[in-house]
Amino acid sequence: MKLEGRVWKFGSDVDTDAIIPARYLNQTDAGELAKHAMEDERPEFVREVKKGDILVAERNFGCGSSREHAPLALKAAGISCIIAESFARIFYRNGFNQGLPLLESSEASKEIQDGDQVQIDLSTGEIFDLTQQRKFLAKPIPPFMQELIEDGGLIPHLQKKELKGKTF
Amino acid sequence: MAKTHPMTITEKILASHAREKEVFPGDLVDARVDLALGNDITAPLAIQAFEKMGAKKVFHRDRVVLVPDHFAPAKDILSAQQCKVLRNFAKAHRLTHYFEIGEMGIEHALLPEKGLVLPGDVVIGADSHTCTYGALGAFSTGVGSTDLAAVMATGRLWFKVPESIKFIFYGKLNPWVSGKDLILFTIGQIGVDGALYQAMEFTGETIRTLPMEGRFTVANMAIEAGGKSGIFDPDQITLRYVKKRATRHYKLYHSDADARYREVYEYDASKINPQVSLPHIPSNARDVREVGKIEIDQVVIGSCTNGRLEDLRVAAKILKGKKIAPSLRLIVIPATQEIYRQALKEGLFDIFLSSGAVISPPTCGPCLGGYMGVLAEGERSLATTNRNFRGRMGHVQSEVYLASPAVAAASAIKGRICHPEEVVKKGFKGSRVRGVK
Ligand code: SF4
Repeated sequence: MKLEGRVWKFGSDVDTDAIIPARYLNQTDAGELAKHAMEDERPEFVREVKKGDILVAERNFGCGSSREHAPLALKAAGISCIIAESFARIFYRNGFNQGLPLLESSEASKEIQDGDQVQIDLSTGEIFDLTQQRKFLAKPIPPFMQELIEDGGLIPHLQKKELKGKTF
Repeated sequence: MAKTHPMTITEKILASHAREKEVFPGDLVDARVDLALGNDITAPLAIQAFEKMGAKKVFHRDRVVLVPDHFAPAKDILSAQQCKVLRNFAKAHRLTHYFEIGEMGIEHALLPEKGLVLPGDVVIGADSHTCTYGALGAFSTGVGSTDLAAVMATGRLWFKVPESIKFIFYGKLNPWVSGKDLILFTIGQIGVDGALYQAMEFTGETIRTLPMEGRFTVANMAIEAGGKSGIFDPDQITLRYVKKRATRHYKLYHSDADARYREVYEYDASKINPQVSLPHIPSNARDVREVGKIEIDQVVIGSCTNGRLEDLRVAAKILKGKKIAPSLRLIVIPATQEIYRQALKEGLFDIFLSSGAVISPPTCGPCLGGYMGVLAEGERSLATTNRNFRGRMGHVQSEVYLASPAVAAASAIKGRICHPEEVVKKGFKGSRVRGVK
């Protein structure tokens, strides 16, 4: 799967309260949540983010609560992939379960700049920064996770498995 | 039985639930789950996913627990809708453990109190502080709503067996030092991703004498160090707590003496003083004497971290016969109805009310900036909660300081962050004294 978009760059320890503040958690509608993604951190994000854009962060992205509203809001806002040096564990699970691919690469996380145009090949983990004309390699996504992404998340994945006669 | 390689308590619990003789860190296992938990924020998404999946039945109606606690009693119409989703689902699936507000409590205080989580269990909850139950010697971890939906349907989930880090505490606790101070100190040492993806195992002579309340507080904040779980060796203190509550079978697991750890940290607890975590990250922990003069607008004593009876008792001990600073608001939130009733019986409410506090029914409320004490722009709160991220308790330009109930109560009297000794005479034995006399 290939992706391309502009980069939104964030720092370390971006927590789930920054991604989607708790005051909006009295609802589950992805479109509504997307309207408030990152609003305390970078108010212009919601206004300017485009479908396919890529989020790049440093260490421990998505720490804090288990709210799946966080990857849900980012995905609905248009983010197609997140690259970081590392992710908080629950966010990592939730991202894949929602069909939002996450790549780990400390080099890419350091070097890619805000506003860069970036291409990603999910099957190989190759990241190409068009603006800087540089290539980075992320840890490839485990095959099990790749399957989740291709199916669009855990639920469609389980549905597909059931169709094949494997009950869940 | 063939001899297996030495394992940690976490590895043993996961192996047994995956029907494996042994497991190694990094293994992916498909494990049976003993109990699954959702709340009014995460369960509605899980229920949507459950239905989208085409699942018809929950795997076990005694083992799926729903607790409306974050915005309940409903704070607004949207929250009321969410609570209704839980209520309807609980009814449709005849769930044994749905807790309406009259019997409710903050989930992580409520489940142990009701005997629903037990030593040796594998527990998942769509809430990051599900790691609290590790205090009982269970493997317990937070997941998202989709994972919860999968467990509600199947009773199973895949896990990556985590590596373990051992934290050994030795030495006697200083007066007014509690589980909260131990964990804030630890997070200050290793950072908010110091235990990323790992199981944090707490042990040593200090831990062996730590009461259950303190253990819950420590395990509760494992996630604040990035941990997948926090876990304690179950012992007599655990059994005393569990015996009178358990209604099903449970098993005690213990780490082998030669089990392998990724890292071992050793701390002299007698050198640890009451701690405060400064904004905006829990790892920003200091000795309370080193924070300088920080005036505060609000103190919150409550949450799944420190809203237990023992926490209220300590606060009452300090507040007894005193008034809070006129410039400040004190909000006390017993974590469950049972704690509420007991605190009332023991006369703690009289002490709180006379000091100038307001007492809220059990709810998460202000802990996540929900209601019952949201902060305005520029305000500062000292709270016994677990997170001080920017905007966590309200306005983005507000600040949250984390500390123990003892520091919180003392600071409420002074109007600024202070050591309990500043308001109570020296030599007082602090949090180890039971009851209020
Ligand atoms: S009290 Fe706070 S940390 Fe605990 S479950 Fe509620 S919102 Fe989460």
